[in-house]
Amino acid sequence: MKLLRAGRWITAVGFVLLAGVYLRALAFTPVERSQGLAQKIFYLHVPAAIWAETAMVLVGLASVFYLFLKDPRLDRFAEASAEVGTVFAAIVLTTGPIWGKPIWGTWWSWDARLTFTLFLFLLYAGYLLLRGAVADPGARRRYAAVLGICGMCLVPFIHFSVYLFRTLHPMPIVLKPSAPSLPGSMLATWLFSLSVFTLLYVAFVMQRYALGLLREPPAEGGGLHA
Amino acid sequence: MSDTLRHAWIIARKDLLVEFRSRTAILSVAVFTVLVLLVFNFGRDPTAVAAVDLAPSILWVTFTFAAMLTLNRAFQLELENQALEGLLLAPVGRSSLYLGKLLANLIFVAVVEAVGLPLFALFFNVSLLPVLAPLAGIIALATVGFVAVGTLFSAMTARTRFAELLLPVLLLPFMIPPLIWAVLATAALLAGRPLSETGGGLRLLGAYDIVFVTLAFFLFPATVDE
Repeated sequence: MKLLRAGRWITAVGFVLLAGVYLRALAFTPVERSQGLAQKIFYLHVPAAIWAETAMVLVGLASVFYLFLKDPRLDRFAEASAEVGTVFAAIVLTTGPIWGKPIWGTWWSWDARLTFTLFLFLLYAGYLLLRGAVADPGARRRYAAVLGICGMCLVPFIHFSVYLFRTLHPMPIVLKPSAPSLPGSMLATWLFSLSVFTLLYVAFVMQRYALGLLREPPAEGGGLHA
Repeated sequence: MSDTLRHAWIIARKDLLVEFRSRTAILSVAVFTVLVLLVFNFGRDPTAVAAVDLAPSILWVTFTFAAMLTLNRAFQLELENQALEGLLLAPVGRSSLYLGKLLANLIFVAVVEAVGLPLFALFFNVSLLPVLAPLAGIIALATVGFVAVGTLFSAMTARTRFAELLLPVLLLPFMIPPLIWAVLATAALLAGRPLSETGGGLRLLGAYDIVFVTLAFFLFPATVDE
């Protein structure tokens, strides 16, 4: 399994670079004035959130193409992307409260953005549960594709419904129409972190895809050549 | 197109006739609705929380539970004696099959809501008559959206191992956005505030209906065709 081995190596490189992100964020990036050290979590939280959402969109796109092309590789990618997305959503849901306790004074608030991430996580959970509940591989792929497409279309709705509420969450400072409003050194650290998370997403998906291939009976998976 | 609608009506009529002859499901759901309303009455402290503050949540949580129970029925009905295979072999388009099931479900849920609404007004002393028309509009808008998604999902979950459990797990994340908007609009109505206050939510509700009815219509064949 070349893919599995390559995925492992890239993951290892990603983890080393992640240590670099911590080092840069803690030692070489200025401390934010009003939030203090708690702001450091921003360098993990936001890239993880971006990839948690992007992974759902990729699941949806792969599902659309699966229904047209019926290529099992697309389905395997969707499955891998959904599992990795679940992990990233879990990272967002754990780093968020850790930041919220010192800044808001509470672990959890029914804040619009928190609620959005929670729904995303539950959407992933439902998707993975559905995959586990269908025994026939053909039906499993079709059902998962249908749910994946619906999930992708739900994302903008959750996004808009949270904007209707007043929110305590900091407004976007990087991904917004005008120029990013943070100092260059912080932006550099954040961009570094985003690229590390991108690398980790790719590496995790590669490994999960290879495992999905190994799990399938050989006759159906078309051999073990990935 | 007229054929599609005619066939859809025949399928819906069949479902409703089956239900009308036995009347088990509709009676169980009606009794269940009353019981949920009763549970809510004992779950609040009437001296501390005014009924009107809690009323929108009570109404919508009750409708959510009732709809969830009825949606499971649509395709489970067809599992006995492989009736679904018969339906799929019949010279009826897949889209008519979906529309027929959707129509039957909508009528079914509407009946349950029509039973629940006056009882809700009675138990919680809410004067519904002055706002009945706009409230019915909000209920119709929200119901169409989640019943469309629910009908699609129940076609998949009916043939899995944990149908009764899996449908709510998959459907609730999809029900919550329309529920949020419906609850906000209902709260504005019952408190005598203008509906224009929640115009954004109602527009999103309309958009949700259009997107998900269309999506479910086109995705449905993927859930039944091999």
